[in-house]
Amino acid sequence: MNAPQRSAGAAIEIRQASKRYGAFVALRDIDLHIRPGEFMTLLGPSGSGKTTTLNLIAGFTDISSGALDIGGKSVTGLPSHKRNIGVVFQHYALFPHMTVGKNVAYPLSLRGIRGDDRERRVKRALDMVKMADFAHRYPNELSGGQQQRVALARALVFDPPLLLMDEPLGALDKKLREWLQLEIKRIHRELGTTFVYVTHDQEEALVLSDRIAVFNGGRIEQIGTGRELYDNPATLFVGRFIGESTVLRGASEIVNGDTVMTVGGDKIVAHGRLDGDASPVILLRPERVALKRPGSDAVSGENRLSGTVAEAIYLGSGSKYEVKLKDGTIAVVRAPLGAADFAIGDAVDLTFTPADLTLLPDDASADTTLT
Amino acid sequence: MTDTPDRPVLLPRFRFRGAVWLATPAVLVLLAALAYPLAIVVVRSFTDPAPGFDNYVWFFQSAVNRTVLQRTFVVAAWVTLASLICAYPYAYAMTIAGKNLRLALILCVLVPFWLSGVVRTLAWVILLQDSGVINSMLRGIGLSPVKLIRTLPGVVIGMTQVLLPFMILPIYSVMKGIDTRLLQAARSLGAKPWRAFLQIYVPLSLPGVYAGAIIVFILSLGFYITPALLGGPRSTMLSSLVQNQVLSLLNWGRGGAMGVVLLVATFVLLALAAPLMRQKHTRTRREA
Amino acid sequence: MSFSRVFLGLFCLLVAILLLAPTLVVIPMSFNGNKSLAFPPVGFTWAWYENFLTNPDWTTSFTNSLVIALIVAVAATVIGTLAAFGVTRAASRTGGLLRALLITPMVVPGVVLAIGIYAVYLDAHLVGTVAGFALAHTMLAIPFVLIAVQASLEVFDRRLETAAASLGAGRLTVFRTVTLPLILPGILSGALFAFITSFDEIIVALFITSPYLKTLPVQIYSSITRDADPTVAAVGTLLFLATSLIIIAGLLFGMRRGRT
Repeated sequence: MNAPQRSAGAAIEIRQASKRYGAFVALRDIDLHIRPGEFMTLLGPSGSGKTTTLNLIAGFTDISSGALDIGGKSVTGLPSHKRNIGVVFQHYALFPHMTVGKNVAYPLSLRGIRGDDRERRVKRALDMVKMADFAHRYPNELSGGQQQRVALARALVFDPPLLLMDEPLGALDKKLREWLQLEIKRIHRELGTTFVYVTHDQEEALVLSDRIAVFNGGRIEQIGTGRELYDNPATLFVGRFIGESTVLRGASEIVNGDTVMTVGGDKIVAHGRLDGDASPVILLRPERVALKRPGSDAVSGENRLSGTVAEAIYLGSGSKYEVKLKDGTIAVVRAPLGAADFAIGDAVDLTFTPADLTLLPDDASADTTLT
Repeated sequence: MTDTPDRPVLLPRFRFRGAVWLATPAVLVLLAALAYPLAIVVVRSFTDPAPGFDNYVWFFQSAVNRTVLQRTFVVAAWVTLASLICAYPYAYAMTIAGKNLRLALILCVLVPFWLSGVVRTLAWVILLQDSGVINSMLRGIGLSPVKLIRTLPGVVIGMTQVLLPFMILPIYSVMKGIDTRLLQAARSLGAKPWRAFLQIYVPLSLPGVYAGAIIVFILSLGFYITPALLGGPRSTMLSSLVQNQVLSLLNWGRGGAMGVVLLVATFVLLALAAPLMRQKHTRTRREA
Repeated sequence: MSFSRVFLGLFCLLVAILLLAPTLVVIPMSFNGNKSLAFPPVGFTWAWYENFLTNPDWTTSFTNSLVIALIVAVAATVIGTLAAFGVTRAASRTGGLLRALLITPMVVPGVVLAIGIYAVYLDAHLVGTVAGFALAHTMLAIPFVLIAVQASLEVFDRRLETAAASLGAGRLTVFRTVTLPLILPGILSGALFAFITSFDEIIVALFITSPYLKTLPVQIYSSITRDADPTVAAVGTLLFLATSLIIIAGLLFGMRRGRT
């Protein structure tokens, strides 16, 4: 096995960084610390500032205010070609007038690496992405997935301490995307390089990342591991952006330190209370809900919401239901294989415990940015 | 999505403010060899031999000049019309032809387009002269020869042939961008082929037609070589009058005034036609 | 449908004949045994080709045209390519205005321009000089280079420049290794256009020519107006063949590029 060199990844530290284009603020006061060797994904809808952040790190655009350190050194004013960072673009950006081999050799030539040494490193990089047989082909003779693997080899061949990827799989179909995600993960494990990955696909972010930074409207809403973001979203936006969820709204009061909300006439209890005076909403994950027939035995401490099945979808691995609650909210429910079947029009009760719920401050902008 | 700046931010680095200065040498050449000479022409038309509008008064009072001016526009209109009739079907055929035929058709346009205008006019002299090809053939089949050289029809025929590529190329470049699936769509909606062609295809091709027509018309107005070699006293065009005033009579003021009239006519036409040539419909272009 | 196809085919055949056939008439005339351009030609002789190659009137005007066209091709290509970058890379409003300005030589009536240039050159003692011809023809050729290079810059994917920068290339290296090779076809065709524009230019040339410096088109023109010397047909035939060969080569080259 032709083991690629393990390189020490670079740390990135962004402090109070802003980016303005005229009156438009693309980024406002973001703080982001990326650890050496970490796989960090910048996740968010389009226009949220994630690509702007990537461009700041790459040096394609200058920071308006704030500080940016890579590998412990400030890079303010340093042009992109002096930053020694690998970048993979969504549209591959392979040079059409060069063969695959020449493309991968390009950054080495720029660094004065010639002869056998260059040949060897080109071969090693192409081996890593399993494209060594294509060295003499031109980019337009390759499929999208093959081109992106070559682009990856080209961005890594000069052993940069940091690799940036801007929606690299965005133009590929689902099957290929899933396979390449695993390839990227493997390469990251082998190299120890710091990876910064931009995507708007939350599933992709969950598959790949050590940590995820969720962007919205030019700010970072939350940084954490996939599990942290899913189980303990800090904001309604994060809760809704990561995974499926149902948002319950209604009049609420505090009883014995817990929040009790009235949704369509049913009272449900969530542990704890919100700090401050924002009105609370409750986030309910579809797989935390069990569907029961109305009037079935109640378990103590259990929440119940009644509704009617509006849509029933068989998924193979289980079923998905959309249940219309009495206040008109559509709740999404995932039932595991072997759970009772329901048909459209059936009256059902959604049951869940207070621990299954997440209490969050309401945020109207979370709805508008997502749709 | 209202907030687009997530993606285009890759570009500004390569669209830089200083870029305009790269055009400095070109602008300098234009100032020296275009703007300054034209300014001299304009100035002399008002100052030579004496300051005032005398040259323009002379120009518009002379019946001969008015006839020539009118003739210049009439010839330009005929040439434009004749080339449009020839060019539109030809350009359309270029878009639907197979690869080899298209190459042959393109070749037939490009060779005359790039061949020296003097040589092509020479060919017309040989064809149209009293002892030329056409009259030889007429004599051969027992008909009496016709006067072609130094007549207006001769000038129009020669100019049309010389200018035809300038009509075909713009029309073709617009036509090849038209998505022919639109025609299929129109037909699937129940339009007859001819109706679909007239209502969908023709309007989409109009920017090319306008561009070709305005180019041919403007070039015709200022055409010099072909009318000079094929025309006679009764088919003089404005350019020949200008040349005659300046080179033979050394009357810079009158020649200049005629030139200014020609220049103004050209730019007025361009300004009027500019909105027509804007390709409103290009968003339907097929991705190549 | 098929009837209209046949009709279209016949019509296009006629237009193709109109485009090409009249010019072909110079070929038989160039072998005319009589010193006349009267049709039909009589006999057969190479004498007119020989005259073109030996008569100093023809040979010097040909070399003059060649020298001037080569200077113009180099000057207009460099200046026009720079301008094309200026136009495409400037803010789009400024770029649009600049482009409109730089292509005006294409629409200014030739004679008006010619008398203006003649007036300026009389004062500046540029009449009948290579420099005078080169300046005027460069101005006329810049729009062609600008259009050709701009067309290839517009299809050029600028993200490739970003990519090259990220791989470690400075701005000049990016231009040399990525931008230039990819827009080279546009620059080359611009250079060819510039060469032909100068080589064929006649109207300005008629005004700024002198007995000591004639270009080939001027020599052809005066030959047509003064005498009926079939040498002019021989020159026409040679120019026709050269133009056709260049264009066929260009089309074949374009096709090959289009394939890979």
